[in-house]
Amino acid sequence: MDASLLVVIVVITALAFDFTNGFHDTANAMATSIATGALRPRTAVALSAVLNLVGAFLSVEVAKTISGGLVDDTKITPAIVFGGLIGAIMWNLVTWYVGLPSSSSHALFGGLIGATWVSSGADAVHFAKVVDKVLVPAIAAPLVAGVVALLATVLTYRLTRSTRASVADKGFKVGQVASAALMSLAHGTNDAQKTMGIITLTLITAGTLPAGAGPPVWVILSAGVAIALGTYLGGWRITQTLGKGLTTIEAPQGFAAQTSAATVIMASSHLGFALSTTHVASGGIMGSGLGRQRDGVRWNVAGRMAMAWLFTLPAAGVVGALAGLLAGRGTVGVVLVAVIGVVVAVVIWILSRREPVRPEHVVDEIAAQSETHKLDVAA
Amino acid sequence: MKVDWIALGTVFAVSIAVVLGLVLLFSVGLRGVSAREAARENGGTGVGGTVTAGLGFAACAAVVLFGIYLIVAA
Repeated sequence: MDASLLVVIVVITALAFDFTNGFHDTANAMATSIATGALRPRTAVALSAVLNLVGAFLSVEVAKTISGGLVDDTKITPAIVFGGLIGAIMWNLVTWYVGLPSSSSHALFGGLIGATWVSSGADAVHFAKVVDKVLVPAIAAPLVAGVVALLATVLTYRLTRSTRASVADKGFKVGQVASAALMSLAHGTNDAQKTMGIITLTLITAGTLPAGAGPPVWVILSAGVAIALGTYLGGWRITQTLGKGLTTIEAPQGFAAQTSAATVIMASSHLGFALSTTHVASGGIMGSGLGRQRDGVRWNVAGRMAMAWLFTLPAAGVVGALAGLLAGRGTVGVVLVAVIGVVVAVVIWILSRREPVRPEHVVDEIAAQSETHKLDVAA
Repeated sequence: MKVDWIALGTVFAVSIAVVLGLVLLFSVGLRGVSAREAARENGGTGVGGTVTAGLGFAACAAVVLFGIYLIVAA
């Protein structure tokens, strides 16, 4: 297959992945605001989409982590990157359908590492860098966000104890919208970067860019637009799990949880840590649940999420490895991988249409929940 | 295999300081609004509360903007 045609296919696929990433992760930024009724779902996702786009331009450190070092760019080809991407997309779609907030980022890393490993050998993967920039932050960042959110929640409730209920209620809803906006911005500084990194890596392996180059402007722009579109169009399914299933959220908690998660993500992005915004957001929500009351977290839901997290990297790795092997076989292989990917996507889309979850449903369930919160405040 | 513990520690320290600072300032702002409403109901002007609230919220905004500035400037 013509190399430049393959590059075009990989770029389109990467942007499609970015779209599913936004689709998957709308929840991270907006779940808590929607759950407390601070923002209407439609407004929330539109705001989140715009800020994701802005965030994509703020920092390119994470993109550089991915394009310059996780794998050896002299030992892989655009076909391998393509295989890894398809693996990541398939895993993302399946977890989205089931309603698990698994990490798009880890799916991407898993796919890329798996495809590189089987196609070019273990020494083409820079494991030291993977551990330093991906695995350790993967464990540390949610814990950090959880601890910070716990302290922030305790402090928030203590400091505003003597504040009038009406003032606190209104104030924290405004504060929550602000912190949700920050969260979307943070999301753009970390998640949109991953697609930019992949596209840049592809251009480097194809020889279009020199090794170690940063993402060109058109890459930054197209990745930002793709994730913003995905954010705007998707995510109701997971919003339900995060906004309501995991822990019951009040406005001050949402404020504390999001401010913590956004800060941790931005600080990490700045240092080039490619972490999962999903995990950090969940860590923040759990921490704030614990900060409000000791039994404030539904540990069985949390446990199921942790299992999905553990599985994401290896599972996407296996799918990516298979796709990478196939795609590495030449034109027929690439076409076959593309066809399989499209078929899986279509099947899942058809399945999800059977029982669509619409914004209206989410609103109804959340409205019922915010009533009980009003009673809490009055009492 | 080296892990950059200093960078991780920085993320932790910066996050705690920034978040707790923001929460503190925001709470100060809310207390200001609350004090202003209370003063007005009792026939006062509530200037003190207004000033406290203004300072608290402005400081919050300043912290956020400075953080974003630090990221963009690098």
